[in-house]
Amino acid sequence: MSLLSVENLTASYGSSQALFGVDLSMAEGEVTALMGRNGMGKSTTVKAICRLIRSSGRLNLDGKDLHKLPSYKVARLGVGLVPEGRRCFADLTVRENLIAAARSGEWTLDTVSTLFPRLEERNRQRATSLSGGEQQMLAIGRALMTNPRLLILDEATEGLAPIIRQEIWSAIQRLKKETGMTILLIDKSLSELSAVSDKAVILERGATVWSGAMPALTPEISEKYLGV
Amino acid sequence: MRVQEKTINALVVVGLMALPLIAFVNDEPFTITLATRAVILAIAAVGLNVILGIGGLVSFGHALFFGIGGYSMGILAHHAQTYTALDLGFLTTDGTKLMPVIWLVAMAVSAIVAYVIGLLILRTSGVYFIMITLAFAQMFYYFSISWAKYGGEDGLSIYVRNDFPGLNTLIPIQFYAICFIILCIVLFLYARLQASPYGLALNANRQTETRVETVGLNSMKLKLVAFVISGAITGLAGALFADLNRFVSPTMFSWQLSGELIVLIIIGGVGRLMGPVIGACVFITLEHFLGGLTDFWHIFLGLILLCIVLFARGGVVGVLTGKEGAHV
Repeated sequence: MSLLSVENLTASYGSSQALFGVDLSMAEGEVTALMGRNGMGKSTTVKAICRLIRSSGRLNLDGKDLHKLPSYKVARLGVGLVPEGRRCFADLTVRENLIAAARSGEWTLDTVSTLFPRLEERNRQRATSLSGGEQQMLAIGRALMTNPRLLILDEATEGLAPIIRQEIWSAIQRLKKETGMTILLIDKSLSELSAVSDKAVILERGATVWSGAMPALTPEISEKYLGV
Repeated sequence: MRVQEKTINALVVVGLMALPLIAFVNDEPFTITLATRAVILAIAAVGLNVILGIGGLVSFGHALFFGIGGYSMGILAHHAQTYTALDLGFLTTDGTKLMPVIWLVAMAVSAIVAYVIGLLILRTSGVYFIMITLAFAQMFYYFSISWAKYGGEDGLSIYVRNDFPGLNTLIPIQFYAICFIILCIVLFLYARLQASPYGLALNANRQTETRVETVGLNSMKLKLVAFVISGAITGLAGALFADLNRFVSPTMFSWQLSGELIVLIIIGGVGRLMGPVIGACVFITLEHFLGGLTDFWHIFLGLILLCIVLFARGGVVGVLTGKEGAHV
């Protein structure tokens, strides 16, 4: 049985429809790459899953209809979001950011510090005083502190230096291998996505146009839908 | 010269302990009464600081809770002192002259009203929140004016200050001690609340409600709890204020008082532990000294407020510490 099941998902921003039928299915422990060119509906799909925008269609997490829940209950059910642009709590320190989001489970201040030792060093610094990469680590750490069953990373490496990007990808690899966490990834780096993902789903004009195992994503399909 | 905030906090506490003692030694009861007034206003402003300083919600109707606290004291003491029964429908009582009981009632009634009103008004934000809090306070203000049973527009006088076990509350220094200890307890609770996971979540909610929801926190619940705590503390201050003056009147619900509480916080420093206390001390000092010189002393207060808003957003504490924000 799928952990996350999305069928014929539609969503709008006011009168402007953004999603026209997204289909997505994720099994427990699976890492899925949600791909597509800019403006194709990837972030909107994530917002719909997290109930940050109104949507319709089938949207289930472990058999529970997410449409019936407000966003905070979706998070409590186990959906951890690392939003695009990081968006840490600017006026709080690193430690306070993590404590504010903490829910009981295996992810604690110590385990997050083990994953990102840099955060431990910056414990007392305000989130705004961190570099972009450190803020990204904090955003991931904050999502992990909610002890999610499904972690969603929306453009987690966008705008970061190559060495920091590598650090983030290594952390994602560790999450997959050591914890078996279910992860939904959105990123522009096809090579990195290919290395870590089990499955890929491609969106075009707000609808799923291709999905399958990552090895089945041929250069022809990438060229056709992703332009790379 | 920049001063550590902890040093400022310690100096304020020492000052609030020393000044009334010096006044007591010099037999200046009026100075003690002024200090008591400052301490009680500080308690009310600390209450407001929970929702305004940590929660970021500008309540322009906190006099509502101040008035509820005042009338809770006034009604209970009135019935106790006139030996008349207070019929609440579900309960008939003779009232009470015991301060701790009055405080509990004042806090409970304020908290209940804050909860009921909060369910409605916390769905709004920005200017709408400011206006709806003002509207509720004004509703209670006009209700109290028309409440003839408890003095209506003329207010309600209490003949004797209420009792506290083991103390003579009519002696100014003893009543001051009660208020000062309550202020210390409230400040301690505020500091604990601000540093607790709940306080951090409330702070985060002030910055971005949407992100708070995505980490599983119920934004509405966070604000509602803060509003209830805030209302209860301000209600307690209202009961003390009524006991200080031995008088309650509709002015305790007035929008001017709501504005003054905000002014106190802005002068001292929004979100700062001692911001409301320093603001209350500055306010009472100005009121006393400038009020003696001219009836238009509020003009000078306005100028000070203008300077703080334009040049020192962190208030007095911000200027002294060199840190503008409370959360730096």
